[in-house]
Amino acid sequence: MDPIFIWIENILQALLTGVVIGGVYGLLCAGLGMIFGVMRVINFAQGEFLMLGMYAALFLVTNLGLEALLGAYLGPVVGALLAGAVLYAFAAILHPLLLARVTGTRAMGREGEGHYPQLTLTLGLSLVLQNLGLIVFGSTGRTIQTPLTSSAWEIGPLYGDYISVFLNKGRTVSFVATLLVAAAVTLFISRSRAGKTLRAAADNPEAATYMGIDVGRSHRFAFGLGAAITAIGGGLIAVNFPFHPYVGAEFIVIMFAGVVLGGMGSIAGAFWGGLTIGLVQQLSALVLPMQLQNAAIFVVFLLIILIRPQGLFGRSVDRA
Amino acid sequence: MPKSSFMRGPRALVLIALLSVLYVAVAFLVHSPYYLLVLTLVPIWATLGMSWNIFSGYWGLMSFGHAAFFGLGAYTVALLSANLAISPWIGIPAATLLGAVAGALIGMPTFRLRGHYFGLAMLAYPLALLYVFEWLGYQEVPIPMRREAPLAYMQFADTRYYVILATLLLIAAVLVCMRIGRSRFGLSLLAIKQNELAADAAGINPFNWKLAALVLSGAIAGAAGGLYAVVLLIVSPPAVFGPLVSAQAVIFSLFGGVGTVVGPVLGAVTLVPVSEFLNAQLGDKLPGIQGVVYGVAIILVVILAPDGLVPRLAARARRGQAAPAGTGGGLLQPVAQGAAPVRAAQRDGGVVLSVRGLCKSFGGLQAVRDVSFDVREGEILGIIGPNGAGKTTMFNLINGVIRASAGQVLFGGRDIAQLRPHEICRAGIARTFQVARPFANLTVLQNVVVGAYATERDEARALALAQRALEETGLQDYAGALAGGLSTMQLRLMELARALASQPGVLLLDEILAGLGAQEVEHVMLAIQKIQARGVTIVIIEHTMHAMVRLADRLLVLDHGTVLTLGEPAAVTSEQIVIDAYLGKKWSARAKH
Repeated sequence: MDPIFIWIENILQALLTGVVIGGVYGLLCAGLGMIFGVMRVINFAQGEFLMLGMYAALFLVTNLGLEALLGAYLGPVVGALLAGAVLYAFAAILHPLLLARVTGTRAMGREGEGHYPQLTLTLGLSLVLQNLGLIVFGSTGRTIQTPLTSSAWEIGPLYGDYISVFLNKGRTVSFVATLLVAAAVTLFISRSRAGKTLRAAADNPEAATYMGIDVGRSHRFAFGLGAAITAIGGGLIAVNFPFHPYVGAEFIVIMFAGVVLGGMGSIAGAFWGGLTIGLVQQLSALVLPMQLQNAAIFVVFLLIILIRPQGLFGRSVDRA
Repeated sequence: MPKSSFMRGPRALVLIALLSVLYVAVAFLVHSPYYLLVLTLVPIWATLGMSWNIFSGYWGLMSFGHAAFFGLGAYTVALLSANLAISPWIGIPAATLLGAVAGALIGMPTFRLRGHYFGLAMLAYPLALLYVFEWLGYQEVPIPMRREAPLAYMQFADTRYYVILATLLLIAAVLVCMRIGRSRFGLSLLAIKQNELAADAAGINPFNWKLAALVLSGAIAGAAGGLYAVVLLIVSPPAVFGPLVSAQAVIFSLFGGVGTVVGPVLGAVTLVPVSEFLNAQLGDKLPGIQGVVYGVAIILVVILAPDGLVPRLAARARRGQAAPAGTGGGLLQPVAQGAAPVRAAQRDGGVVLSVRGLCKSFGGLQAVRDVSFDVREGEILGIIGPNGAGKTTMFNLINGVIRASAGQVLFGGRDIAQLRPHEICRAGIARTFQVARPFANLTVLQNVVVGAYATERDEARALALAQRALEETGLQDYAGALAGGLSTMQLRLMELARALASQPGVLLLDEILAGLGAQEVEHVMLAIQKIQARGVTIVIIEHTMHAMVRLADRLLVLDHGTVLTLGEPAAVTSEQIVIDAYLGKKWSARAKH
C-alpha cells in the first residue's frame, strides 16, 4: 500500500477521534468555564470533580446495574447524567462552606480581588479530594466496561479499498450525549429565567444585586452546575478511559487550556476550546510519542496564555 | 522587614545560632532512624517554603509551581550521581545553579501575565516537566551507594549528619531572606507588591526585581531539591514535580505567615512532623493521608487566618499596645549631612521639557490630539481644562505609563516618549498621582526611600535624601507611620516627598490639591513653592482656578485633547474660548448679558 494512503488514513483517523474525544473535553471545559464565567474563580479542584464524576458513574453503571437495566448504549449515558446530579449536590454543599468565604462580595476590595486566596483554597480542596479518593477508591485503574468499550464502527473502505477509519462505539455514544448536554446547557443559559439570572450575576454582580438577584445564590448554583457539567463529561469519558484518583491532574491542564483558548469567561468558547484541544492532542500523537501528548498540550496552553491570553475566539474579559 | 521586626541585627543571628544548635542537639538525643528522617525533612521543606516566600511573599504574585525548581534540583543531583558518578557536594551547587537558570527562563516570559493567567502558567510548568521526565525514562532514578568513598559522596552511615546538613541549608536560606528583607531588594519588592504602577513611576524596574527574586528563589528551591534527593536516595517525577510539592511550598509560608522570615520555618516545623507521623501510623491503610493533611491545612488557613498564623498571633499580641514608632525597619541610620543638591538648578528659562505633536487614541477616542508645548526651566506650568480634556492622559504619556500613538517628548536632549516609567523617573521626571498611590504597608520613610533609590545607589545617602524630602514637605514627624493610615493631605505630601526624593528636574503633579480643605491647600501650595524655589521645574494639573492663578507662571488650557491656549494666567483666564470651554458656549453667552 502506498505510504501516502497510510498518512491520509492516519490523519483522517486522528481528526475523527479528535472531534469525538474533543467534544467530551469541550464539556469538561464548559464546566470549568461556567464556574469561572460566573464566579471569576479558577477552580483548581475541577479535575477532582471530574474524578468524582467518573467514580460516581462507575458506581451507578456497574454496581447499581444501570447497564443491565438500560443496555450498553443508554446505561452509561444515564449513569453519567446521574453522576452530574450527584456532583451538583456535592458542589452546592461545598460552596457555602468553603468557596463563599473567599469569593463574591467577600472578595471585593481585597488585594488583587482576592484571586490568590481563591486559587489557594481550591488547590487545598484539590489535594484533599484526590487523596481522599485514593483512600476510598484505592489506586487501581478502573474503567466503565461495557460491550461498547472496545468495539468500533468501521467507516469505509473509502477511496477504493485503501482507506478506512474506525469509530469507537463507546466514545461515539459519549460524543452524541455530549452534544445533547451542550445543547441543553446552551438553551438553559440563553432561554430560562435561571440562566438569564446567572448571566446577569456574571456580567455585573453589583448591578445584578440592585435588580434583586441574589448573587450569592447564583454563585452557588453556577458552582454546582459547573461541577455537574464536568462530572457528566467525566462519566462519559470513563467508558473508554482507565482512571484512578489522580486522574484529575491529567485533565486539569486540558481544561485550563480549553478555557483559556476559548477566552476566559465564555462558556461556549470553553466548549470550542476543549474541542480544539482534543484535536491538537490526537494530531500531536501523529508526530510525538504517547507520553508527550500531555506535554504538547502544556506547550499549547503556555503559548496561548503568553501570546494570546484573551483566547482564540474570545475578547478579553480578564485583563492580562 | 516590617512584619518581623524582632528578627533583626546581631540578636537575630544569636537567636538563629541558638535554635539551630538546639535543633541539632535534639537530633543527637534521638536514635530512631525514622525520627531522624523527619528531623532532616523539616529543614528541607522549610527551605523550600523560604524560597517560595522570597518570591511570592515579598512580591505578591503567587507561584503554584515551585515544584519545577525543586524537581530540577533533585534530578540534577540524582542524575549526576547515577550517570556520571559526580558527588552531591558538586551536584547540589549545580542544582542551585540550574534552579537559578530555570527561574530566569520561566520568569522572562511569565512575568507579562497577571492574576489568573500567572497562577495558571506557574501551575503548568512543573506538570509539564513531570511528563517530560517520565518520557525521558526517568521514572525512578536511584542514587547508587558508594561504599568506597561515602563521605565524598555525602553518604553518611550516621544519618544525624543529614540533619546538620539540612539545618545548615536552612540557615543559609534564612540569612539570604533576612538580607533581602533589610535591603533595597526587599523594599523594592514590597513596593512592587503594594503598587506596581507607583513603584514603576518611582524609578523601580519591576521586571528586573521580579526576575531577580525568581532567580534567587529558584536557586534556593533547587538546592532544597538536591538535598532531598540525597536524603531520600531515589527520585521519581511525581515525588518531586507533583502538585503536592508545589502545594507544600505554598502552605508552609501561608501557615506560618506570608512575607515573614519565621513563617515558612514555623509552618514546616508544625506541619511536616504531623503529616509524617500520620503517614507512618496510617499510611498503609490510608495511603493519601499526607495530601489530606496539607490540603486541610491549606483550606483552614485560607478561611480562618488568610495572612497566616504568625501575623494573626502578632496582631493579637500588638493589640492594646500603642502603634510602635517604627522607623525604617533597619533602614534608619544617622542622618547624613549635606544631601546632594537637586539637579538642574539654574533658572535661565530655557526649555527643559518639550512636547512635540503628541497623540494618543483609545480605540476611536482621540484623548490627546497633536499637542505641542514647551516647559521652561524653573517655572510652574499649570495645565487646566474641563473633565475629559486629556490632562491626566498627557501626564501618563509624559511619564511612560501609556505609550504615545505618535509624537515626541524631548527631555535632556532625547526623546523619552517610548521609555518605561522607571526609566523616565531615573532620567529626572517624577510624578504624583490623581488618586494617591502609596505603598500602604510601608512606613512613610520607606515609601520615600523607595523614591530615592531611583537615582541613589548608596543606602545611607538614599536615606538622607528621603529625610530631606520629608523635611521639605513637613512630614518628618510621620516618618515611622504606616502610609496606609495617613490623611489625604499627608498622602499627597508623601507622594510629593517620594517624587522629590528621586531628585527630579521636572515634577508632574496631578491634582495634588483636589479634595483638600482651604488650610490644607495653603500648606501644600507653600510646599510646592518651596520646591520651585530650589530650582525644580513643576508641571501641575489642577481644577481649583484661584490656586492655579496664584501658583502658576504660565497656564496651558486643554480641551478635547487639544491645546486651546498657553500664556500668562491673567491673560489666559480672560480669553473667551477658555470661558467657553469651561462653562459651555450656551452658559457663557448667557453670562455676557
